[in-house]
Amino acid sequence: MGKIELEGFFLINSLILGLFVLLCLYRVVFGPTLFNRLIGANVIGTKTLIILALMGFIYRRIEMFIDISLVYALLNFIVTLAAAKYLQRKGVL
Amino acid sequence: MGFSGTFIILYIFWIILSGRFDYFHLSLGIISCAIVAYASHDLLFKETKAKNVHTQFIRFVKYLPWLIYQIILAGIYVTYLALHPRMSMLIDPHIIRFKTKLKKDPSLFTFGNSITLTPGTITVLIEEGYFYVHTIDKKVAEGLLTGQMEDKVAHVFMEDHGED
Amino acid sequence: MYIVSILFILAGTFFFFSGTIGFLRFPDFYTRMHATGKCDTLGALFSLTGMALYNGFSLISLKILLIAVLVFLTSPTGTHAILRGAFDSGVKPWTKDGKSVIDTQVRRK
Repeated sequence: MGKIELEGFFLINSLILGLFVLLCLYRVVFGPTLFNRLIGANVIGTKTLIILALMGFIYRRIEMFIDISLVYALLNFIVTLAAAKYLQRKGVL
Repeated sequence: MGFSGTFIILYIFWIILSGRFDYFHLSLGIISCAIVAYASHDLLFKETKAKNVHTQFIRFVKYLPWLIYQIILAGIYVTYLALHPRMSMLIDPHIIRFKTKLKKDPSLFTFGNSITLTPGTITVLIEEGYFYVHTIDKKVAEGLLTGQMEDKVAHVFMEDHGED
Repeated sequence: MYIVSILFILAGTFFFFSGTIGFLRFPDFYTRMHATGKCDTLGALFSLTGMALYNGFSLISLKILLIAVLVFLTSPTGTHAILRGAFDSGVKPWTKDGKSVIDTQVRRK
């Protein structure tokens, strides 16, 4: 019964997280070096994971959104590892 | 050990992720988990000499609450630093390099991740028995160098009967 | 029970907030890693635990806790991978006295 009342709270919470994503996007766009951009992308990935799970509760389709969220967590990790491994030998700044 | 362990872990994941318990999906899971476990059985369990695995697991579970407490402390410490108006006066970052007594891969992994999750320190590089750790000020570096956490990890993975 | 889950999600959002502020304010790459590696892990853990409590005991909650464990394991590893890449390609840390790497050893009492 209480599942309906909290939807507004989840909506506001995901909007706040979206604001934080915008703030992190500042660092991704204007970040001084490539590595700052890379951690910016990693942080945005973690926040998107939470926003996706909250979306699932807002639309009441959590069984679908939680799978997307799980795949997003795995992809975020793999992208971070691959980019870090690629940049390790290049010496790009 | 390698094949069956990988198969069991993969099958538990299959059941949690699929969420269906009819014969069709369970047998499909058995087939695909067997193929994947056959292809990658040497990746997950490398050179496990199955000795005292139960004791190590119980000690690891006992180690987890302390780690979670440390993570919460770390979050509060970074929050304090990030919201402090004169933050650049407070911090004094350095990379320190010290020798570790740990040898096995799981204990090195656990110690590295624990350093990353405790207040003010992150692991940069682990190389030939040396840890490169970035510390955010002098005090946390002193705290790390007392070797308390290293002793805890060595106790978990039963490496504390060694030379020192 | 809903109050507890609301508190958990609010705590997670607060840690995300401090991670973002730290990410924008800290002076160099390595100190920014401190903010993101810790606060974001903690924020994700708190938020996911809150959502699992809100959902109640079911397979979905098990999946949410699985994501939490995954974040808990992979986030320090990803942090370490980025740091190692940066250190190997020669990014110098911001210090006050100019020395980048200090040699030291463990002193036991």
